[in-house]
Amino acid sequence: MNLLEGKKALIFGLANKNSIAWGIAQALHAHGCELGFSYGFEQLERRVRPLAEELGVQFVEVCNIEDDAQIEATFQKAGDHFGKIDILVHAIAHAKREDLTGTFVDTSRDGFQLAMDVSVYSLVALTRAAVPLMSDGGSIISLTYYGAEKAVPHYNVMGVAKAALEASTRYLAADLGPQNIRVNAISAGPIKTLSAAGIAGFRKMLKYTEERAPLRRNVTQEEVGKTAVWLCSDLSSGVTGEVVYVDAGYNILGMPEPPETWV
Amino acid sequence: MSDTQAQVTEIIVDLLGVDEDQIVPEARFREDLEADSLDLVELIMAFEERFDGEISDEEAQKITTVGEAVTYIDTHMRA
Repeated sequence: MNLLEGKKALIFGLANKNSIAWGIAQALHAHGCELGFSYGFEQLERRVRPLAEELGVQFVEVCNIEDDAQIEATFQKAGDHFGKIDILVHAIAHAKREDLTGTFVDTSRDGFQLAMDVSVYSLVALTRAAVPLMSDGGSIISLTYYGAEKAVPHYNVMGVAKAALEASTRYLAADLGPQNIRVNAISAGPIKTLSAAGIAGFRKMLKYTEERAPLRRNVTQEEVGKTAVWLCSDLSSGVTGEVVYVDAGYNILGMPEPPETWV
Repeated sequence: MSDTQAQVTEIIVDLLGVDEDQIVPEARFREDLEADSLDLVELIMAFEERFDGEISDEEAQKITTVGEAVTYIDTHMRA
């Protein structure tokens, strides 16, 4: 199947082979999509380059999304390289480590601002920069988590940021729908990535979900990738502004306890 | 070389791209093997995956050499 033949995608937020962005990149590539990668800081270059080589990706650029000038420069280069783009993948989030442990009430002002700027405003800024290159319409996806809707231990400021990201998804979808640009978010279950290593008790989150989710397991980068293909392809042409769950069904539960303990 | 040490060596060679003969028990990840902060997180993640256990942040901070990693894994993850 080549659901994305002739399409061009820019992926932001690739770090290493554990990245959800890598699962998405592989899935888009498998469906014939041409890719460009952007990573956040120099330390990641030697991790991202080999991944780019593996998929024959030539466009690989560092871009600090906290800096509007760098965003502008990256999209200038993307325009020169690709002409137009069809797909934007936003897989970026960051908070101070001390804000991903303990209690949310202790979040500092600058920690809150940092999390919102890097994890939420970046979607708005990247989308605005991408729109002029999406002359034939497009699909924009970002990544969120259930901690946006319900309080999850230690997720704290990132849950608040993800709630804002989900709201931003709806507002961007409303703005850009007339240009046939769709904006959606994937709410993935916990997946062990470099970023996840910063969340206190992450392994417990994995185990808790695995024991309770209807499918009795966690999800993989590949599964998020497959849903990304759907959201980026014509198969989802009538879908915009949505949060789509790829979480083994965890979010549907009202009383998340394993049934076998309900004796 | 113990089995743990052999597996730890394999992980380090793979992640840090260093020569196998540099990986001696007293080798320090940061200073001798030139691991950066992301490398250290990736190493801990790789150990957790390979040996199927958890290394908390506090414990991870104390693992600074190859020998300390092997000892930790033998004591806490393969016992």
